[in-house]
Amino acid sequence: MKTDVLTFTDRGIYCPAGDFHIDPWRPVPRALITHGHADHARPGHGSYLATTGALPVMRHRLGDISAEGIAYGEQRRIGDATVSLHPAGHLPGSAQIRIEVAGEVWVVSGDYKTTPDGLCESFEPVRCHSFITECTFGLPVFNWPAQETVAKEINDWWRGNAAEGRTSLLGAYALGKAQRLLSLLEPIGPILTHGAVEATNAILRAQGYPLQATEQVTPDLDIKALKGALVLAPPSAFGSTWARRFGPMSTGFASGWMQVRGIRRRRAMDRGFVMSDHADWPGLQDAIKESGAENIYATHGYTEIFARWLNDAGYSAQVVPTEFGGEDGADEEVAS
Amino acid sequence: MKRFAALFATIDQSTKTTVKTKGLAEYFRTAPDEDKLWCIALFSGRRPKRAVTTTALREWAAERAAIPLWLVEEAYPIVGDLAETIALILPPASTNSDHSLSYWINVLRGLHDIPSEDRKTHILNAWDQLDTTERFLFNKLITGGFRIGVSRKLMTRALAQATGQEEAVLAHKLMGNWTPDSTSYHALIDADDPTADASRPYPFYLAYQLDTVPEDLGRPEAWQAEWKWDGIRGQLILRAGNHHVWSRGEELVTDRFPEFARACDYFPPDVVLDGEIVAWDGAQPLPFNTLQPRIGRKTVPKKLLKEAPVILLAYDLLEDAGQDLRQRPLAERRARLETLLSDLPSEAPVRLSPPLAFDSWADLAAIRATARDNRAEGLMLKRCESPYLSGRKKGDWWKWKLDPLTVDAVMIYAQQGHGRRANLFTDFTFAVWNGNDLVPFTKAYSGLTDAEFNEITRWVRKNTLQRFGPVRQVRPEHVFEIAFEGIQPSPRHKSGLALRFPRMARWRQDKNPQDANTLDDLRALLATYG
Repeated sequence: MKTDVLTFTDRGIYCPAGDFHIDPWRPVPRALITHGHADHARPGHGSYLATTGALPVMRHRLGDISAEGIAYGEQRRIGDATVSLHPAGHLPGSAQIRIEVAGEVWVVSGDYKTTPDGLCESFEPVRCHSFITECTFGLPVFNWPAQETVAKEINDWWRGNAAEGRTSLLGAYALGKAQRLLSLLEPIGPILTHGAVEATNAILRAQGYPLQATEQVTPDLDIKALKGALVLAPPSAFGSTWARRFGPMSTGFASGWMQVRGIRRRRAMDRGFVMSDHADWPGLQDAIKESGAENIYATHGYTEIFARWLNDAGYSAQVVPTEFGGEDGADEEVAS
Repeated sequence: MKRFAALFATIDQSTKTTVKTKGLAEYFRTAPDEDKLWCIALFSGRRPKRAVTTTALREWAAERAAIPLWLVEEAYPIVGDLAETIALILPPASTNSDHSLSYWINVLRGLHDIPSEDRKTHILNAWDQLDTTERFLFNKLITGGFRIGVSRKLMTRALAQATGQEEAVLAHKLMGNWTPDSTSYHALIDADDPTADASRPYPFYLAYQLDTVPEDLGRPEAWQAEWKWDGIRGQLILRAGNHHVWSRGEELVTDRFPEFARACDYFPPDVVLDGEIVAWDGAQPLPFNTLQPRIGRKTVPKKLLKEAPVILLAYDLLEDAGQDLRQRPLAERRARLETLLSDLPSEAPVRLSPPLAFDSWADLAAIRATARDNRAEGLMLKRCESPYLSGRKKGDWWKWKLDPLTVDAVMIYAQQGHGRRANLFTDFTFAVWNGNDLVPFTKAYSGLTDAEFNEITRWVRKNTLQRFGPVRQVRPEHVFEIAFEGIQPSPRHKSGLALRFPRMARWRQDKNPQDANTLDDLRALLATYG
């Protein structure tokens, strides 16, 4: 009987031929990591393998880990498996992981976005027999507007606030979304950052990602002198005393969830901008089609609905329960 | 539609009432009269008669979006709004137009008289020239329930800003039976005769729940106390030889309560009474569940009229001999009410809601403790000098309700919420012990903070035992204190009883499931309070 290239265990996705796990949620001896978000890169593993681009952030977040970097596309033999990492378009350094065992190819997509954002390495379709996909936004109601349209909305909002003497507080996950937004901001005023965002900025700048100048908010920063500033911060900082120093302000939040009015209103922000680092409904369809896979495993998001849809469309699709979060980090808000 | 969509965007993008009011006032200053009238109508709960069923809308939208109907059905509860779901799944419009709000409403009204296939053509045609926001609003016009964060109060304030008229005057003008077909913007807002319509009610004055001890209200002599009845708030209007009954939800319910037809015989002309409609056994109110079947029925079968006859327990007099008394002090209105009602025979469908005599707040607290025995939910406290205000205002009227009944129950099923709560598990089913079995006895949706809903949602995702469509059976681990206002026998429910206004008072993380109450505990409450 042929064994599967990957199996699904209570520690995470496992490759018996290579004796390693992918994005495991419990400690394992050897972990391959798709990207640095907390629900995929967890502490406590014996060794880590990720793209060279993802490693600096992982080291920053996880401390002293035994980790090795690998270039996109570089093949590595682990046991009887051959693995390689390919751009997932989710955030700088993020990867899909391709595993080949005896001619059988599986791909774990991690989190991905199919449209280029100008900052991170663009998604690259990988041909495979079995494709393990997220489906955070696996419903036909999720159709992202073009990035330039949303960028204009954000800049117009900032400009309007600046003109009326309000600080613009833009909420974004510290790794990925914050830097993507930063790359879209026009020169309207000073750009300030929360410490969590600035730490990631510094790491990515050192790696050579082109990020414009920002200034971290510190206790001695003279806020009053910085009229019309925009502040990039994790949304969890918004209700805190930290945010109170900015005086009159308007709050905004950029996420795919902002497509849905009810969720937007629950966030109680002044503005919601529809921008996600995950694939929308058409993006998911494209990725699956281009992978050429017949077997699809849906890991997190609207898994049941998405798998049913794929089965209707002639794929062999099933749901795999995992402990991955979704957009904006599982620790910040329930996201799926 | 672009102007209305822009107004919607302004309202929807802000959490601040000042911004919303300003946006609406600007609309009332600049939009064509016909659109303004419809805008007022929509934000006061009026809408065009439904031209297309929601079933047809779903089918047409699925077809247009080239996805199966089941996928639309799955997406709907997650988005939480059908109009929005459809707006989001449709492909982008192929053309662009800017017809007015009234234009699109007239398109919808024109659909009544044409065959279904032609209706579909019109709807698809509309979808194909509206952007996502405009489509959402267009769909809302069809599906109804235009709740987009504009209260009637806010709308009235904006209209006051735009017209320079007083809010209270406008609130009165907007009451009653009008529709955009029966009036014009000019007649409704500019012309100043609110009594032109003999059925027009006054805006109800609503009380807040007392949030302190009554001692904080000052001297007891300055206050009047009466029972807070558990019925339907109603206004009985007797003008020009006719009677009209309005519910607090501003629904004309005259036909549902034929008992009041006789009221004209007992009163002088042009009288308006405010009170509580209750089912009446000849001496005291019957429990709310007796009244309940009367509420939904537009016509009342004889049997029901006999089982659940209603009367009005009147507590205020708003108009006497055609004169608006709302600015007169409560003490005077009350004295005149008592005079009007003093010699009524017992078969009259109106009775006085009696004042409760008390000398001290301690006296009154003792009276309040007997509310359930008197078929009341607590007390109403009203300042003797108070005028009859409009809307919910703090200061002169207070509800002083009994503390709710409570039980500790185990959560056994969870379901995602709608609208603002889409994507969160907020709708739970609770059970109590019957021997070793957990028997479901109520659902509850409210009472937890957003943070608690987030936490329980994460837990539900990891602790689902089984799924039944949208409902998840979860591990019976969590105990909640369920508060409720009343308990009634109910053969329709497995537990044999039903609660009134159940909600989650607290998440008892300090309790184990074994500590939850039993069905016998609930039966004991039913015996005492049912």
